[in-house]
Amino acid sequence: MANKFDIQIRADQEYAVLETAGYLNDSLGEQLSKKAQELIQKGYTQLVINLDKTALINSIGISILIEIIEALEERNGTLNFCGLSATQERTFRMMAIAKYAGIFPDEKTAIANF
Amino acid sequence: MANTLSNDQVLLTIPMRPDMELAAAKLASVIAESMSFDDDQIEEIQLAMIESCINAFEHSRSPDQMVIIKYIMRADELEFKITDQGVGFSPENRPQHRTSKPDLHPDMRKRGWGLEIIHALMDSVDIMSGENGTTISMVKCKTV
Repeated sequence: MANKFDIQIRADQEYAVLETAGYLNDSLGEQLSKKAQELIQKGYTQLVINLDKTALINSIGISILIEIIEALEERNGTLNFCGLSATQERTFRMMAIAKYAGIFPDEKTAIANF
Repeated sequence: MANTLSNDQVLLTIPMRPDMELAAAKLASVIAESMSFDDDQIEEIQLAMIESCINAFEHSRSPDQMVIIKYIMRADELEFKITDQGVGFSPENRPQHRTSKPDLHPDMRKRGWGLEIIHALMDSVDIMSGENGTTISMVKCKTV
């Protein structure tokens, strides 16, 4: 079973959006982490991860998202999430992610809340 | 696990290979949909199934590298039994985390969430583990 996934990046002057598509497991998580690290190295400290096209996510994928939150924190940056399903949001809140990253319904709101 | 099935049961065997947990989750989704579980509940079932399978993949050290999943349909609930023939649960079975970086915030730890997620998403969870393997039994009830 092939897990087709994709990451789209939309970068503005102040922020960048990473939009994932597909199952967020270790493979997609590693690719997402690599792209986020590249953006952080370029000086971006305000990132949005849009999970609208990611229907399924596992705890290994979430652990990689936490690494991105920590990498941004080390640079006084902020990560906002958007496009989460109700179950994903509930899981993120249970794992305390909502304490250290923003959770917003859509990309526009996530960008507006940096 | 006995291979005798009644007509309200489905049996799936998956190899411990990347993304095979998706096969178990998708079958769970199809069965739950046929029983008119709502969309949120189906997503909860899928996530719990994924975590149960990953748990077996990561911790069981099963010699046959297989996971057997039994889906049991009842009037108002769906039960899943996820079985491996590994060495059983113990903290020593935990693989090393992919990164050596310590957690920045203890309440937002990076690993060890699988069972908590399963408990949070399902209505009841029971784990039987011994030297001949582990079975996670989990039940989701239909909301009325």
